[in-house]
Amino acid sequence: MASLKTLRATPHVPAQSAAEPAVSVRSVTKRFGRGPVVLDDVSLDVAPGEFLCLLGASGCGKSTLLNLMAGLDRPTAGEVRVPGHRPALMFQEPALFPWLTAAQNIDLALRLSPKGAAKAARRAEVERLLELVRLEGAGSKRPHELSGGMRQRVALARALAQESGVLLMDEPFAALDAITRDLLHDELTRVWQEMGLTVVFVTHNVREAVRLAQRVVLLSSRPGRVAQQYPIDIAQPRRIEAPDVAEVAVRITGDLSTEIRRHAQPASA
Amino acid sequence: MSSPVIETQRAGAELGAGLDALELGPAEPRAPRWRKVLDSVLPPLGGLALLLLAWMLVVAVYHPTTLPSPGAVYSSLLDSWRQGRVQEAVGTSLERGGLGFLFSVLVGTPIGLLLSRVRFLRRAFQPLVSGLQSMPSVAWVPAAILWFALSEGTIYFVILMGAIPSIINGTISGIDQVPPLYTRVGHVLGARGLKMARYVLLPAALPGYIGGLKQGWAFSWRSLMAAELIVTSSTFGLGLGQLLDQSRQLFDLPGVLGGIIAILVVGLAVDLLVFSPVERAVLRRRGLLVSRD
Repeated sequence: MASLKTLRATPHVPAQSAAEPAVSVRSVTKRFGRGPVVLDDVSLDVAPGEFLCLLGASGCGKSTLLNLMAGLDRPTAGEVRVPGHRPALMFQEPALFPWLTAAQNIDLALRLSPKGAAKAARRAEVERLLELVRLEGAGSKRPHELSGGMRQRVALARALAQESGVLLMDEPFAALDAITRDLLHDELTRVWQEMGLTVVFVTHNVREAVRLAQRVVLLSSRPGRVAQQYPIDIAQPRRIEAPDVAEVAVRITGDLSTEIRRHAQPASA
Repeated sequence: MSSPVIETQRAGAELGAGLDALELGPAEPRAPRWRKVLDSVLPPLGGLALLLLAWMLVVAVYHPTTLPSPGAVYSSLLDSWRQGRVQEAVGTSLERGGLGFLFSVLVGTPIGLLLSRVRFLRRAFQPLVSGLQSMPSVAWVPAAILWFALSEGTIYFVILMGAIPSIINGTISGIDQVPPLYTRVGHVLGARGLKMARYVLLPAALPGYIGGLKQGWAFSWRSLMAAELIVTSSTFGLGLGQLLDQSRQLFDLPGVLGGIIAILVVGLAVDLLVFSPVERAVLRRRGLLVSRD
């Protein structure tokens, strides 16, 4: 831990605003059964409209933290609060239902949402969402007829259909090729800005985090703790290969490497 | 009007459209329908022809007294057909098999759903269900005769004992095969309880369930034939199994072989005309059907 203090990065102090955080994590500890502690006393607030990236190596509990925010799991100690609707969650796999068309997948999210709009209203909303992710005309296609990037865009539209305002993303672009991923970064930034979403995005890709986030939170591994936070003040839309993005990424990668190297030392205890 | 941002966005949209087009590739020309039918029909017909040829050869060379020629079997079948006996027996057997199968589905599906969702019940009863499934249902015939006497009830009981366990097991394995990711997505979308079952679990389990139904039909048909061979009475209609048994009593070997062929053809026809098209349609819609052409 001592090495982290020598870094140039300034710890980010979230501005004290009157607005209630969109996601609030208070002293959360998580262990599964009698297994090792996965998350150790993690506290984190996400402001409404903020784009936050959770960054860390394997075993830092970033996906566990996201599942807690999504309400798929409960913390062993501490509290996770997400006021308003149940948050939307995107996985690494598009996880579209193969027995439904692209449009029907989106429609199902609308149908299951607490508002439960009428059929005609839902149809118009599905069209609007397909247009938003640039898939107008592909609504009648089944998931297996779409490319990987298109499927993940349908999954994004389905998540947006939940109208929760909070979008949790668990390495959603990790399985895509680099060109498609760049493109989806642009799309996500555009949608985030247009819709004023709160996004919590989990990744182990430092450049991706810097490309997207307003704030990057670096988690340490085994147990997962908040090791460092970085505000990213580069104007959007950013480019992943831009020098200013690369510079910040290099700095964070250094911290991440230090964090990982700690585990290479022989265990003393 | 064309600000740099809008320019960038438009370029991005074009790039995206290009990527999508490249990934999907050009639509492959599909083989004409007659060609597909021919491809799937010719090989089994060829196999059948070879078998018939071997049969004729054996009869021609050895002149066995216990093996009639294909021609004799054919004319025996033709005779029964002209008398309307085959059609009647096929109709009777199909009715019994179909009714027994439907009833087995109505009983087996809810039990399967219950066992797949309630852990204790599953632990308590699944070994028994699997045991019943591997047990030849003809073993129930003596008990059924004592309970229901020589009636159609006996036949239906044997069908149910044969088909219900395999439909229960098919339902359970269909539900088991649902990827956990789907239930997680359902959970995130807000599906609980009945909604989870209706919108996620049941549709996701459909391919496995249809497999179970197919197997359930096979068990129904087998059980029915076993029961009909043994349970004969003038008080109820003549099924294929009973027709077969009559031929045996008359030492009519061509009739016996003709009966066997009729049983084979009916079982195959139901599978090919009812279950396979449904199964293929479901799998194709989900992109799970690997076309072999």
